[in-house]
Amino acid sequence: MSVRSATEVPEIVDTSGQASTQRRGSPGPAKYSAINLVKKGLSHGEWPRTFHDHELAKSYDVVIIGAGIHGLAAAYYLASNHGITNVAVLDKSYIGGGGSGRNTAIVRSNYLTPEGVSFYERSMELYRDLALTLNFNVMFSERGHLTLAHTDASVRTMRWRAEVNKLLGVNSELIDAQEVGRIEPRLDVSTNTRYPILGALYHPPGGTIRHDAVNWGYARAADKLGVQIHQNTEVLGINTVGGKVTGVRTSRGEVSAPIVLNCTAGWASLICDMVGLKLPLITHPLEAAVTEPVKVFLKSVVVSGSLHVYVSQTDRGELVFGASTAPYPSYSMRGSLEFTQELASHVIELMPSVAGLRLMRQWAGLCDMTPDFSPIMGFTPVEGFFVDVGWGTYGFKAGPVSGEAMAKTIADQMQAPIISAFTYERFPAGTLVGEKGAASVGH
Amino acid sequence: MIRIPCPNCGPRNSNEFRYSGEPRKRPVGDDVTPAEFRAYLYEHTNALGWVKENWYHSAGCRRFFQIERHTLSNDCRPVGSAPQESAS
Repeated sequence: MSVRSATEVPEIVDTSGQASTQRRGSPGPAKYSAINLVKKGLSHGEWPRTFHDHELAKSYDVVIIGAGIHGLAAAYYLASNHGITNVAVLDKSYIGGGGSGRNTAIVRSNYLTPEGVSFYERSMELYRDLALTLNFNVMFSERGHLTLAHTDASVRTMRWRAEVNKLLGVNSELIDAQEVGRIEPRLDVSTNTRYPILGALYHPPGGTIRHDAVNWGYARAADKLGVQIHQNTEVLGINTVGGKVTGVRTSRGEVSAPIVLNCTAGWASLICDMVGLKLPLITHPLEAAVTEPVKVFLKSVVVSGSLHVYVSQTDRGELVFGASTAPYPSYSMRGSLEFTQELASHVIELMPSVAGLRLMRQWAGLCDMTPDFSPIMGFTPVEGFFVDVGWGTYGFKAGPVSGEAMAKTIADQMQAPIISAFTYERFPAGTLVGEKGAASVGH
Repeated sequence: MIRIPCPNCGPRNSNEFRYSGEPRKRPVGDDVTPAEFRAYLYEHTNALGWVKENWYHSAGCRRFFQIERHTLSNDCRPVGSAPQESAS
């Protein structure tokens, strides 16, 4: 693991105008610290660009398609953990413009299957230290995570999840409605509602992170290690010779590369089509919305599978809502009135006091759903073509661990142990994972 | 919100319907291998563009029917009504 900046404690140095003047005009170190902030503030110095534009080279060791959290994290870990720096990350748009910038920024590891729990727990570990690792404030806030249970069946599943979690060392427990009301006084825990809250799975380490900061942090750290990020570079085709990847055709010309990694989430099927690979992915839109900012009253992240809503309050005070995926496949990212209406009715049932809040924005992202609510990662039948897809509604919280595992898989040319359950082969072999702890699964 | 043109009831809100997937041929017979059946279960086109698909009008005429829908714009049209040049 890279802990490059973790041990660097800022020393007391001279922050007088003299020192600042010397720095003016030169790009200076890109390190973000309180001392540099003071220096830049006093000198009105420009911060250097966090990542740079490049001409597209003729060849790379690895081409990553999709500059979201997964693509950028894979590039960063290829460079930092394995010394593979001749890497290009291509994106048809801007970095973090897909699911990486459209999710509701929730992280947790209280899944149901042992494969899922240990995988997401590793991601939480990486997220905890990410600000130090990347020297970029990702605003990680471990505020607690409540998954509400409204039915007996749901309470049973929560109990099951809590026991699996405890066995694997994840802090997670089943609590009753009174305890829920004590943690979040604004929640209606009375029995007068249509779906009374019977209890909840309480996961104290769960929380939120600023997703844009994670994108930018990985982009900056990867760029610093020599990775090239190419925005507005659409992949139009993938060249293969005898079942082996030789390169990609892009809107800015051809690039040769022996290894291509598909990190395009909702659009993953379209990239896989270029090498004739059929994966069990169906792209569904998922809508989200934020309200106007109000004084902070909601501490934890609250999720209700039965009411199809999850809500958290940002540091600015906006409530962020997410829902379940649309019941039909689509690549459309438009918002809908239907979503707003359903969301409002469910949220008001959970928290009657927010009825007067106004919605500010709504948007949609694409979720590439798999039949077993688990990703597809690693090798494919096409030599040199790797996938990190099938991220459905859980891609953001798995960003760091996926990048780390895919980098290891590519560098070692061997499936990393932590993702051994998520191979493409499980579908023809019929050994699905069955992750019922995923957000989009009603209990 | 999208509107689905039901051939029996006319255009209605999609929440009256149940999406029933792309029409696919279910493998039948004793010689079907598990791999073939899993391919039928799991391999989807997931196309971007015009697709043919089945819908069930559960809150209306309660009939299954086929339409073509564009997966980016969500525009719908009857099967086989595609203009010649964009028949893909």
